Amino acid sequence: MRIKPIVDFFTSLKLTATLLAFAIVLVFVGTLAQADEGLYGAQAHYFKQWLVIGAHVFGHKIPLILPGGYLLGTLLLVNLVATHVYRFEFGMKKLGIQLAHAGIIVLLVGQLATDMLAREMQMHFAEGETRNYSDSDTQYELNFVSGDTGTAISYKLLKAGDALRIDSLPFTIVVKAAWKNSDVNFRAPMMQNSPPLTTNGIAVNFDFKPAEDVKAMDQRNVPTAVLEFTTAAGSLGTWVASDWAGDASLVESVRNSYAPMGMAMAQKIATQLVAPQTIEADGKKFTFMLRPARVRYPFSLTLLKASHTVYPGTDIPKDFRSRVLLNNPQSGEKREVEISMNHPLRYGGYTYYQYQMDAGQSAQMAGRVPTSVLQVVRNPSWLTPYIGCGMVGLGLIIQFMYHLTGFVSKRKTK
Amino acid sequence: MLVMALWFFGNLQTPKDKDFAYAEFGRLPLTANGRIVPLDSLARNSLLEIREKQTLNTEPWKAWNEHPKIIPAAEWLANVMMNPAVADEWPVFRIDNPDLISLLKLPDKDAAKHADGKHFSWNQIQPALETFDKENKRIQGVEAANRTAYENAIAKMEQRLTRYAQLKNAVQPADAQDWPAELAAYEKLIPDGVAAVKAQQAGQKYDQNNFNIFVAYIERFQFMANLQPPLILPPNGPREWRRMGDALLEVPRGTPVDDAIRDYARMAGAIAANQPDEFNAALKDYRATLVPSQAKALAKAQAEVFFNQMEPFYNAMVIYVLAGLLAVFSWFNLSETLRRCSFWLIGLAFVIHTTGLVYRMVLEGRPPVTNLYSSAIFIGWGAVLLGLILEKFYRNGIGAVVASGIGFITLIIAHHLALEGDTMEMMRAVLDTNFWLATHVVAVTVGYASTYVAGFLGLIYILRGVFTKTLDAATGKALARMIYGIVCFATLFSFVGTVLGGIWADQSWGRFWGWDPKENGALIIVLWNALILHLRWGGIIRERGLVNCAIFGNIVTAWSWFGVNMLGIGLHSYGFTEAAFKWLMLFVVSQLAFIAFGLLPPRLWKSFNRSATRA
Repeated sequence: MRIKPIVDFFTSLKLTATLLAFAIVLVFVGTLAQADEGLYGAQAHYFKQWLVIGAHVFGHKIPLILPGGYLLGTLLLVNLVATHVYRFEFGMKKLGIQLAHAGIIVLLVGQLATDMLAREMQMHFAEGETRNYSDSDTQYELNFVSGDTGTAISYKLLKAGDALRIDSLPFTIVVKAAWKNSDVNFRAPMMQNSPPLTTNGIAVNFDFKPAEDVKAMDQRNVPTAVLEFTTAAGSLGTWVASDWAGDASLVESVRNSYAPMGMAMAQKIATQLVAPQTIEADGKKFTFMLRPARVRYPFSLTLLKASHTVYPGTDIPKDFRSRVLLNNPQSGEKREVEISMNHPLRYGGYTYYQYQMDAGQSAQMAGRVPTSVLQVVRNPSWLTPYIGCGMVGLGLIIQFMYHLTGFVSKRKTK
Repeated sequence: MLVMALWFFGNLQTPKDKDFAYAEFGRLPLTANGRIVPLDSLARNSLLEIREKQTLNTEPWKAWNEHPKIIPAAEWLANVMMNPAVADEWPVFRIDNPDLISLLKLPDKDAAKHADGKHFSWNQIQPALETFDKENKRIQGVEAANRTAYENAIAKMEQRLTRYAQLKNAVQPADAQDWPAELAAYEKLIPDGVAAVKAQQAGQKYDQNNFNIFVAYIERFQFMANLQPPLILPPNGPREWRRMGDALLEVPRGTPVDDAIRDYARMAGAIAANQPDEFNAALKDYRATLVPSQAKALAKAQAEVFFNQMEPFYNAMVIYVLAGLLAVFSWFNLSETLRRCSFWLIGLAFVIHTTGLVYRMVLEGRPPVTNLYSSAIFIGWGAVLLGLILEKFYRNGIGAVVASGIGFITLIIAHHLALEGDTMEMMRAVLDTNFWLATHVVAVTVGYASTYVAGFLGLIYILRGVFTKTLDAATGKALARMIYGIVCFATLFSFVGTVLGGIWADQSWGRFWGWDPKENGALIIVLWNALILHLRWGGIIRERGLVNCAIFGNIVTAWSWFGVNMLGIGLHSYGFTEAAFKWLMLFVVSQLAFIAFGLLPPRLWKSFNRSATRA
């Protein structure tokens, strides 16, 4: 008895219209904000959010409260499902509309699933190298290796001021600082340097400092942490663990940035950056590094050839292409595959896309080994947009044809 | 109708070469912007970039009725490349910014002194180049988004000067006095010159004179090559399309001098010496060498020249204007003849428009929409088609006005977008897929076109309703029905197009939806159309509300089409021009004004008034 007003509310067209109107405003504001907050920042602030408070538009802060993407999506979903349940009629007249709306439900649910389940990673290798893992795009881990055993701690757990006790490690990790994004600079001798962060390891040769979150779509944050390791016997010193040293592609970019000082010097700087940092506790040596979190596969890919072609006489890229050897000892598969723009490899629940490349003439002239970066995506719900789009398209066409034939025959009889 | 058809086909006639065979010269193929083009296209695109027109007026200070001398693009290009002594005197650089004009100390408008105050020659600009370079160096440090109008003018001028320098160094060094003779002397010098350089490097005695002359040649050719002009020399055996400068630098390393190098030198010598017969003979010989190995390139160049001369979009635009006027007149005197006349004229323009569209697709080997320019052409095409269909059914002149109005506006937009340069540029690797260009891009563009048709119908409703007495209840109802039908159509196409875009993204980099500005723009169109439909179904809006919502759809579509590109972020941003931003703002304001009129209470409308009071 009391349920009727609730049902009426959730099945009303007015609710649909209001939600659509809010969605338009949200998408518009969220798009404008990208100029100030960056693509990922805007996504988190407006779309992957329940309630949006305050907005950035054209460099100004605007006080406003909007329902976020999650809230609107959920309400639209409830609205759609409720309407379907309570207003369902069978018949040609409504068939198209109902199919279209069912398709929208599939799309919304699919996007929700993608949001929760999809993982994006990258695989970075040079010609001749083999990888059986890929690096996370957004997650990092602090990794300790002692002999054959390794311990990985998610970077998310490192909070400035905390002290972490891990069972497999004979020391406490005191987090002095954990920066989401950071810059690195070589401490050139004979220069006016401020004192180093600590006097251990790579901090002797490099300055690290916190930086603002990146905004551009093709960049990512590079975290750095300042850590002190303590045992009952006392401190093992303060050290810097940085993704700048843990990620091969970043080390390469640091090396390239110092190339104007001469290749030998640049190489020396890069070698110092990746110099292993080791501490000793309980009679065991631990080498540690901060690096992108890894996902391992039971198979491996070897980059055979990376090729980048341009249109003649221009810098306009024509084609990026990686030829890889897929090796799966479990199934005995060993075959060559070509991955290029718009032609990914789908294998073992993962999809490998051609993403970035350093090959072709520019790499050749600089004497670099061609490298390729593959975007690796695991998305169990990747098929839902295809199904949803098909349903909505078909539904709208049916409805449209139904009206059109009615309209045309009506005009003819006039 | 017949007159217009005759006019169009009359324009198709190829101009005959009287003296120098410049039109024939324009049909030679070369490689520019990564594709094979005729010299004619290079000439037109370069002139568009430098002068914002496809032809050169060598006497711009004369009024049109004084018959200033207009020369075709190919003739201009031939002289820039091979006869700079003449070309450098032609007022080809268009400059509008007064600060830049005074920086370069250029003359004011004065017909007696042969100055129009807007177009200047290389020789007029050249003395101030040092000043210009200093300013240019400064503004290169200013981020494009923060530049003033003056600084933008400098940046644009820099591009124009570079383009001009590239063309001047495409065939011969720009400073060559007698190129055929210099080329022969260079060839003769090579053995001694190479010996001198080798000896010098080995620290032995060498011929100072030979060394100096040879090194001077190499430096000039190096300069030519470094400017990266178009690749003018055709493939020869293992050698692909090459730049003249690169080819000349290869000669001392043992690569023989191609026939093409000699043929171009012969043409250059003939132009400089004003010998048309010799030029035409050299041109003919060069063409003959291309026939066996470059038949495909020749045919493609020829086809593109024909397309350039046809100017289908420009001609269609002119006819749309005429047809639109006829259709509007038909509302007032309700003349069926005028309406029919308009309908058939639009049909003619549509055929020309379609021919151009298909011709372009064949030339490029691509679906209709590959860039912003072609999207304007295609949106116009789709809107005209919808308008014609509406006219066929309703026979009330409304469809005709929509078709000709949107056809005209979109082609004007395309005309201005073409100023950016080559409109058939090559597709970057990620876009290099005909399947998705044909499905996603076409569907989204049809969505744009239909949203504009609905919006334009809304404008007609308001214009006729508020300002004239021609909108009776039946016409109003018919208009609302048209808008409703078109909005349904728009919803279908914009939705399918947008989702297909997501699927393309999923295929390319594994992310169905990335909240990229262009994606969001398309999503807003879908949401807006869906909102209109739901408001209508719920009875929240009626006839007038529908009309106003449809007009707002114009703003939403303009935002998605151009606005998001101006944010300068994301995958789809193509860079932003200040002029485009101004026009977009103007458009938005005008549409809002129409909506404001639409919101006026009915008693202020000229139409309906009587029927309203009666009811």
